[in-house]
Amino acid sequence: MTVRLSRRHFVELAAGSTAALGMSLFKYPEFERLLAQSLQEVPVIWFQGSGCNGCSVSVLNTFPVTIQNLLLTEVVSGKHVSLRVHNTVMAAQGDLAMKALYDTETGPFALVVEGGIPLKDGGFYCEVGEKDGHGIPMTETIGRLGPKAIATIAIGTCASSGGISSTPPNIGEVVGVAEFYKQKGITTPVINVPGCPPHPDWFVGTLAQVLMNGPESVEVDEDLRPLAFYGKTIHDQCPRRGSFTANQFAKNFGEPDCLYLLGCKGPVTHADCNIRLWNNKTRWCIEAGAPCIGCAELKFPGHLGPIHEPIDLSKTLDKAAIGIAAAAAVVGVTAAAVTKSSGEKSGH
Amino acid sequence: MGTIVIDPISRIEGHLKIEVVVENGVVKDAHSSGTLFRGFEIFMKGHNPTDAQHYTQRICGVCPVSHGVTSVLNLDSAFGIADKIPANGRIIRNLIQAGNTIQSHILHFYHLAALDYVDVTAAADYSGSDPGLIKVRDFIGRALAAGNTAMLGPFFPRYEGDYRLPKAINQKAVADYVKALDMRRLAHEMTAIYFGRIPHGPGLVVGGVTQGPTADNIQLYRQKLTVLRDFIDNVYLPDVIAVAEVYADHFEQGFGCGKVLSYGVFDFDSNADLTKRKRFQPQGVATASLSLSAMDPRSITEDVKYSRFSTPSAYPGDGDTKDDPHKTGAYTWLKAPRYKGGVHEVGPMPRMLVAYLSGDAAVKKMVDDTLAHFKAPPSVLFSTLGRHAARALECKLVADAADKWLDELKPGEPFNVPFEIPDEAEGMGLWEAPRGALGHWISIKDKKIDRYQCVVPSTWDCSPRDDKDQPGPIEQSLIGAKVKDEANPFEVVRIVRAYDPCLACAVHLVRPNGDVIGQFRVA
Ligand code: SF4
Ligand code: SF4
Repeated sequence: MTVRLSRRHFVELAAGSTAALGMSLFKYPEFERLLAQSLQEVPVIWFQGSGCNGCSVSVLNTFPVTIQNLLLTEVVSGKHVSLRVHNTVMAAQGDLAMKALYDTETGPFALVVEGGIPLKDGGFYCEVGEKDGHGIPMTETIGRLGPKAIATIAIGTCASSGGISSTPPNIGEVVGVAEFYKQKGITTPVINVPGCPPHPDWFVGTLAQVLMNGPESVEVDEDLRPLAFYGKTIHDQCPRRGSFTANQFAKNFGEPDCLYLLGCKGPVTHADCNIRLWNNKTRWCIEAGAPCIGCAELKFPGHLGPIHEPIDLSKTLDKAAIGIAAAAAVVGVTAAAVTKSSGEKSGH
Repeated sequence: MGTIVIDPISRIEGHLKIEVVVENGVVKDAHSSGTLFRGFEIFMKGHNPTDAQHYTQRICGVCPVSHGVTSVLNLDSAFGIADKIPANGRIIRNLIQAGNTIQSHILHFYHLAALDYVDVTAAADYSGSDPGLIKVRDFIGRALAAGNTAMLGPFFPRYEGDYRLPKAINQKAVADYVKALDMRRLAHEMTAIYFGRIPHGPGLVVGGVTQGPTADNIQLYRQKLTVLRDFIDNVYLPDVIAVAEVYADHFEQGFGCGKVLSYGVFDFDSNADLTKRKRFQPQGVATASLSLSAMDPRSITEDVKYSRFSTPSAYPGDGDTKDDPHKTGAYTWLKAPRYKGGVHEVGPMPRMLVAYLSGDAAVKKMVDDTLAHFKAPPSVLFSTLGRHAARALECKLVADAADKWLDELKPGEPFNVPFEIPDEAEGMGLWEAPRGALGHWISIKDKKIDRYQCVVPSTWDCSPRDDKDQPGPIEQSLIGAKVKDEANPFEVVRIVRAYDPCLACAVHLVRPNGDVIGQFRVA
């Protein structure tokens, strides 16, 4: 009995998306060549850099497309993922793990990068294996794999922008994959699937679309995030939006009103947690009484300001986006909040 | 004599390299090193103290809950409200931790450790009706039909040779590997009820939690817990026993440093002094000769003689972290935590041993029954299989207890207390991650983090030599180990993995420079 992720499943995964703002992504000849070969079994190299492995753990939680589907059966009808390299699950270790990597990269493969890439000291801050007695830095491996990959998915905020690993003063000089490719002149398309960690659907849905129609079929925003999942703000879809508009704000955790004063970053965070919910539709942040901390934004966390201080909406938000009626109230509230936390690094 | 370098060690969390020197089939020397540095303790300086619980969760994607709880305990103490946490808040924190501990232990046994013992190819000619085994069989069949063993990733390549399970047990273990993927996911769903989501949940807060109990969420947690308890009793524990029976020589491998430490975990009261709190699993220090003593956190130091830090060896509450990549004589960036100057192991086995020696009747019965089954003395807990068995028993203990904790929740009553960030303060949070003792220390100045230090489980277990040149617990476990086949060093990776190392957690780690480590080699 095989559960297939059909086009219908994908459409469900991507529910709520509109492509109104979509930039056309890329035309990438390598992928077309592969589709022409009607590759059924897509080798995947999943590489972990400067991160916490939380993205991998999040993907293990995928449902109803299960991790068993991803590892053993099908991702989309007739297409298998062959996960050749993944440090947390692979049987191979040491030399064998390096061999699995070298063997896979001789043919076509999709690259998934988890974690940021530390540039400092030639990559000394993250080494990912050893060959001939020398440590191999992440920079060297991604610099070699990137140009050969048919597509790259940067999973998580660290791989997308450096994320928490790049929190100022960014000791390891950590960057995301897209920035790394830019610096190295690598032209393989990168799709960012940020989130700290990302929802498993955001990754599985993106992967499914890449497998079905190629990376160029994925419509993304200017941060290279698929619009299907990151097209609207949390604030736009928030069940507490009514109390925001009515100027009713929770002062302590556990109160039912809008969480803006407790630091909610929903107004500047693009994600669909509120309709998708987390962990097999169990909960999501605001439903659990906690503010959105903005984990799906590339600025998270080091450039979004203190987590439990209100953000200054007068500067960061287009008034139209939060609703004209609320705008005046927000400016008032923000002014008060900013006064309260004067001397705070604003983080912008 | 040869040196075996295993880099990367896979199926752990994070980046780890193990280097052992083998002479006549016996390990003569061993070095463990991590290969990633992120610098949390440095970049958290100047942040709001309340950022800490969110930032430190992101040290580790496998045990974010433990960092979250340790961090809020640390802040509770610094903010002067540690004794004000309402019962609902205390219990819900315990339930959030319990869910992740269960998840972590199932993940560790089946998905991280089992592939060193279980032969996946046993599923190739399966003819029964188990859905998981059918999936694996068809997966293998596809690769064979295509004549391409690379399609067997991530299960191949692997070390070859020492897979000893009889076919029926082997097939059952493969089926349970597949089933356990659902079970660990379910444990996460259970955790998310109160944590908001996982990994990296928002549901913990200084003073308590963000969400109170309701009849509804209690029932939901219990439903999932019931399924998990059934799996632990009827699948996980029997599988561990079945593997141990066949690999019984691994009760004699990997003894280690012979001393253990536990901070204790799962609060039963809100005493302002964390070392006086009554906890479900108690605090203490114990030895392989079964002596037990009280734990005094002031006796913890982090040694840096061989670590690339310019900051001195110190008690973590006074310590600091400043990298010094070219420090003379240093061979790693991992600090070496020590207790009263001695090497100590942390983790499920240490917790179980401390509880056993503290006279916990349930733990004593559980451990004694298991030891009787193998006709072994308690000292075999200090071994590769002893560590696996202790972890499985602990999983049952925690799951059974969590069911009772649900009954103590009181819907409608408070679940947190308001707080003020103090101008100046010091705090300490002591707790246990699934992998062992976890401590956070904070100093606050001008309402900002002035110093934040974390001493994490894998820093204890994977630690390098200390100021007195004593090797760390894993290094000691490896030294003296018998290796039958240097090309397939099963014994080495089994010893290492039994500790469940978690290297992203080891916040001080950086890979040592290859040239420098050479001078410590016995070659
Ligand atoms: S500020 Fe946050 S809690 Fe308030 S309405 Fe917006 S997203 Fe919801
Ligand atoms: S609600 Fe915000 S913080 Fe929570 S998971 Fe979604 S984007 Fe991340």
